[in-house]
Amino acid sequence: MPRSHRPFAPGPAHGYESAQVDLDAFAGCLTSSACLVTQTTSGLIIGMLLFLVAVGLTLIFGVLKVVNFSHGAFYMFGAYFAMTAYQLTGSFALAMLAGAAGTAILGLIFERVFMSRVYGADVLMQLLVCYAFVLIFDDVVRIIWGPEFKSMGMPSAFQVMPLFIAGGVVPPYYLLLIGVALLAAVVLGLGLSRSRIGKVIRAAAHNPGMVSALGINTGLIYGGVFALGGMLAGLAGALAAPVRSLTPGMGFSVLIESFIVTVIGGMGSILGALIGALLLGLIRSFGSLGFPLFTDGLMYLFMVIVLVSKPTGLFGKEAA
Amino acid sequence: MTRTRMPGISRRSTLALMGAGAMTVAAPWVARAQAKTIKIGMPTILSGRVAQLGTSSRNGVMFEVEKVNAAGGLAGRQIEMVIRDSKGQPQEAARIARELVNTDGCEWLIDGEASSGSFAVHEVARDLGVLCVHTCSEASSLTADPKQHIPNAFRCVRQGIHDSIVGGSYAASIAKAKGLKKWATCSPDYAYGRDTTGEFTLYLKRFAPDVEIISESWPKLFQPDYTEVVTKILQAKPQALYSCLWGGDLTSYIDQANIYAMFGQMEVFAVNMADYTALTVVKNLPKGIHSGNRYIKTFPTTPENAAWGDAYKAKYNEYPTNWSWQNATAVMFLAEAAKKANSTDGKKIAEALTGLTIKSPFGADGTVTMRGDDHTLVGYAIGWGTTIPQEPYVPEVKAGDWKTIFELEAEWKKSKGYT
Repeated sequence: MPRSHRPFAPGPAHGYESAQVDLDAFAGCLTSSACLVTQTTSGLIIGMLLFLVAVGLTLIFGVLKVVNFSHGAFYMFGAYFAMTAYQLTGSFALAMLAGAAGTAILGLIFERVFMSRVYGADVLMQLLVCYAFVLIFDDVVRIIWGPEFKSMGMPSAFQVMPLFIAGGVVPPYYLLLIGVALLAAVVLGLGLSRSRIGKVIRAAAHNPGMVSALGINTGLIYGGVFALGGMLAGLAGALAAPVRSLTPGMGFSVLIESFIVTVIGGMGSILGALIGALLLGLIRSFGSLGFPLFTDGLMYLFMVIVLVSKPTGLFGKEAA
Repeated sequence: MTRTRMPGISRRSTLALMGAGAMTVAAPWVARAQAKTIKIGMPTILSGRVAQLGTSSRNGVMFEVEKVNAAGGLAGRQIEMVIRDSKGQPQEAARIARELVNTDGCEWLIDGEASSGSFAVHEVARDLGVLCVHTCSEASSLTADPKQHIPNAFRCVRQGIHDSIVGGSYAASIAKAKGLKKWATCSPDYAYGRDTTGEFTLYLKRFAPDVEIISESWPKLFQPDYTEVVTKILQAKPQALYSCLWGGDLTSYIDQANIYAMFGQMEVFAVNMADYTALTVVKNLPKGIHSGNRYIKTFPTTPENAAWGDAYKAKYNEYPTNWSWQNATAVMFLAEAAKKANSTDGKKIAEALTGLTIKSPFGADGTVTMRGDDHTLVGYAIGWGTTIPQEPYVPEVKAGDWKTIFELEAEWKKSKGYT
């Protein structure tokens, strides 16, 4: 009987067969330069945005010893600030600046007014304060920008044909995105290790009492670090705004993946956040070819393997 | 000597009032039955990621309720809507539905929930025996499966199987004309995405047997980033892509696929594109995406539909959604049924609704019908067309043929063991 006459042949309940594992596609990609280039850059893009969010999270934890569960909200505000600035000025650069600067100011206010009051408190209290602000920030966005999803749109300068490198497809906007994130990583790494402020921050993370006794305002350092962490998340949100829809609560899913990154890389380690984010990006990118229905599972599996073999994460320091 | 009546309430009046009060407390249904207004309860999603579903449903209902009330109400009774937020949680939808009837005194329910919540509200309607009209759930089984059938529940919503038949037939005609044999799919990984994609490909292959699905992607619902999905599809090099992503997920996907120039490399069929919620939000809408009609004021191309869309926009400052017209249609049906039954009794309204045909701006031939045997909406305008980046967004829609839909739907029901 011709197939066309048997449209309702018995099959799975949803009427559609799905490949659980596609090793042929995975192996085929590894031997094709076009596929390797496309999937690797795709992994870098996912990883670099994650890095910007995760590095703020890990920085705040490293210095302030606070797990900032409201960090995703800064990513969300960064995106909304950028969209508004872009709509008002039409300038992409100003949009990025608004996303980063706006969230830095917001971070500073949030730390000074609220978080600074719970540093000595129980972890549960810190968690509750952060969670309360996740809900409050989502509602603030809903009140100001409305509950429906928004789109910033791609600036016309980037509405160009993608580049073809060794047969692989690479959009120019994503090259900019990777470049900005790399620059942030380098500046942050060098700034913390080489500059005087960086040394003070590291000293404050190690022994805040001694730093304070030396006449340095630790409150200012804490506020500054929180603002920096918020700014990096805001920058990530601003960079994502042209390609992702904006909606209240959009920071939540990014926050979860950022936690995975910080756990893999080691809480408090900037290099760990970078390596963790890139590995996660590559797992998503190549995993979607070979294990389309288990891409998220691969991320968690990798996290479990790292935690079992090195409980402090790849670059985390053992507790003293 | 004259008796001077003291000011205030007399003993007789006090006794009468006390008696009436005691009766109201002891037998609230008496008071309810005599109420001039009729309360209609509506659980819907007013907060969270898909709040737009609820707000546009509420607007659709209120738009028509105001007209009905201005015209004298339902059999002389003014409608009072009691609308509550379920936050999109099925258990909350069921709790609210029960509370609306038992505590708030609602006599009927309009169920503005998505599929998951609708099945929960349906069970409440079954338990309480209250008249219920579903206005958002497109899951075919809600009315196609005889196990779900109850005499007091109706579905005033487009149906997944109808869209799949029309979409499959339309896509197959394009596939044959342009020689599109290699297809990919990309749909959200939950019941709606799986079912709708399965049904679409079923009919696509039925009408164009040469078609082969060479790649499938199942991103999570509300996934923020689709880069790996986009690049995976590019690697597979299909000639056409089908997607039932919707809302913010669809706009994200389009923005991300756009910078890979995906839309120039394959024909894209996105069933949920032609809805103003997506059309007006996407800043760089590619030309030539094939989409099913959700709500669009230019289809059906009648003055009634255009006038309704414009009046709605003038009132709410935004275009109607697919949910708006469905909810508005539910009120139109209820008003007509009340007129026919000359009553607001739930049972009489249910009898009047069964098989009822009304004039409608959204009808394929100017009317829509609440089909008698499975209590579901048929005869609504349904079709596919291609997008352009500005209004009217989908200039030409190819209408689906209801005769074919009925034939294939009957065949499908038989294959599922529903008939």
